[in-house]
Amino acid sequence: MPIIELRRVTYTYPGSNKPAIRNVDLVIEPGEYVVITGPSGCGKTTLCRCLNGLIPHFYGGELEGEVYVSGMSVKSTPTSKLAQIVGMVFQDPESQLFLLTVEREVAFGPENLGLPRGEVRARVEEALNLVGIAHLRDRSPHELSGGEQQKVAIAACLSMKPKILVLDEPTANLDPESALHVLSLLSDLKNRLGVTIVLVEHRLEAVAPSADRVIVMDKGEVILDGAPREVLSKQVVEAIGIGVPKVVKLYNELRKYGVDFKFIPLSPSEVRKAILEVMRSDRSS
Amino acid sequence: MIEVHDVWYSYDEVVALRGVSLKIQPGEVVAIMGENGAGKTTLIKHFNGLLKPDKGYVKVFGVDTRNASVAELSRRVGLVFQNPDHQLFAETVEDEVAFALKNFGFPKEVIERRVKWALKLLDLWELRDQSPFALSGGERKRVAIASILSYDPDVIVFDEPTVGQDYAQKERLAQLIKLLRSQLKTIIVVTHDVEFVAENFPRVVLMSEGRVIADGNTRRILTSPELLKKARLTPPQITQVAWELSDFSVPRDLMWVSEARDAILRVLGVRGR
Repeated sequence: MPIIELRRVTYTYPGSNKPAIRNVDLVIEPGEYVVITGPSGCGKTTLCRCLNGLIPHFYGGELEGEVYVSGMSVKSTPTSKLAQIVGMVFQDPESQLFLLTVEREVAFGPENLGLPRGEVRARVEEALNLVGIAHLRDRSPHELSGGEQQKVAIAACLSMKPKILVLDEPTANLDPESALHVLSLLSDLKNRLGVTIVLVEHRLEAVAPSADRVIVMDKGEVILDGAPREVLSKQVVEAIGIGVPKVVKLYNELRKYGVDFKFIPLSPSEVRKAILEVMRSDRSS
Repeated sequence: MIEVHDVWYSYDEVVALRGVSLKIQPGEVVAIMGENGAGKTTLIKHFNGLLKPDKGYVKVFGVDTRNASVAELSRRVGLVFQNPDHQLFAETVEDEVAFALKNFGFPKEVIERRVKWALKLLDLWELRDQSPFALSGGERKRVAIASILSYDPDVIVFDEPTVGQDYAQKERLAQLIKLLRSQLKTIIVVTHDVEFVAENFPRVVLMSEGRVIADGNTRRILTSPELLKKARLTPPQITQVAWELSDFSVPRDLMWVSEARDAILRVLGVRGR
């Protein structure tokens, strides 16, 4: 059974006369790592808000079609229940953190579920360790760096043991090194926990190698949905203004000169692999 | 035109600049890079006198910034902040962009002409009657840029202009920098974005822990493993490709797709068209 399913979803914010997303059909299987990308204003954030019930329960507006998360209809499920299934991390971690210590922050969700103390403590330990911030437990979230704050926000989601993590541009305000740390943490979590990840991200060169799928949105619609290699090699991706990784551009350039790699490289080491394969097949022919 | 000589600066106990020296000539396009806390933003705030050195001096067009007001210096050095909300306050986009011009006492016709030019240049003309705060983050950033360009300073300093911008907006920003360059403006950009720098900037000033650790040719700096490591930057992706292929005698200092393409064609023995 899919963990996320959208059927003909169209949503219009209150007071707006134009839908923010239109006719979106989407099926995500448990354990998938899905990257959503597209130009500013294409509807990525709106789509994320549909997954944890912020739309329609908080924002109001008009939601047509059906959104199912773990088999439950988002329209008829209270957000408190959805919060146990979908963890959400936003662009600006400061807006999400509000307690005095990292440990309190990570304990907040499970405590609110009314779990026994021992269980809360065990979940907090596990989440802190998974994210690698156990040494920060007594610090105030507000004195941490942006990258550390995002890790706290992720740990605070994980302590709820969600089936799905939704992250809306979590690296937008981070320096490159912190951004890479957060992104490699995500692929690690996918592998270790089997959690489903939905990530909105512009920096495709950093996420394409580990993602299972890339979804491209434009003007409120899903225009491409597939494996990263297929999606990124499509001409239209560049035309709508999405930053194609340099290695994919290099692949496209080489093709013009008749060099045909067996696969589309997504990282510098894959370029090397592709070249070695061309050499091998040249020798054997 | 900008001369920074052995500048030290501290915020209370924290020493942010430790003897920075630097010269920037008219018409130069310079990227200032380095990790968070390296002192980049502190340095650029010295260029229009917002901060004055504890020790050493900064001269802008020959004037020591300690002997000039921020208002005087801002007329020639425009600073676009990272967070547009620190800069915007007027009721409409048009008022915002006209504000500095009015303050500098330009005649009405000039104000009208310059405001229109800046709004059109940054694709804001249609939004001129809206409140800056009703706009998206990307649009607000463009208003902040327009409000500086409108009064035509000689030097334009951008702090992290690509943060939170999508690829298309970055491309537009690169076009804008080219345009300003053709008008012989001096452009200084603080950024982490190595790909953006590799494509658009001939000179990099690399900072770490309050010092300049390298200053010069972008290719030399962005393809040096030692310097990148010190400044905690990742190399451009094409440079990483070159390093992967160094045993095929591909040069290690490639930055551009076209260079990697030609090098690989050579490795594979394919003749170019």
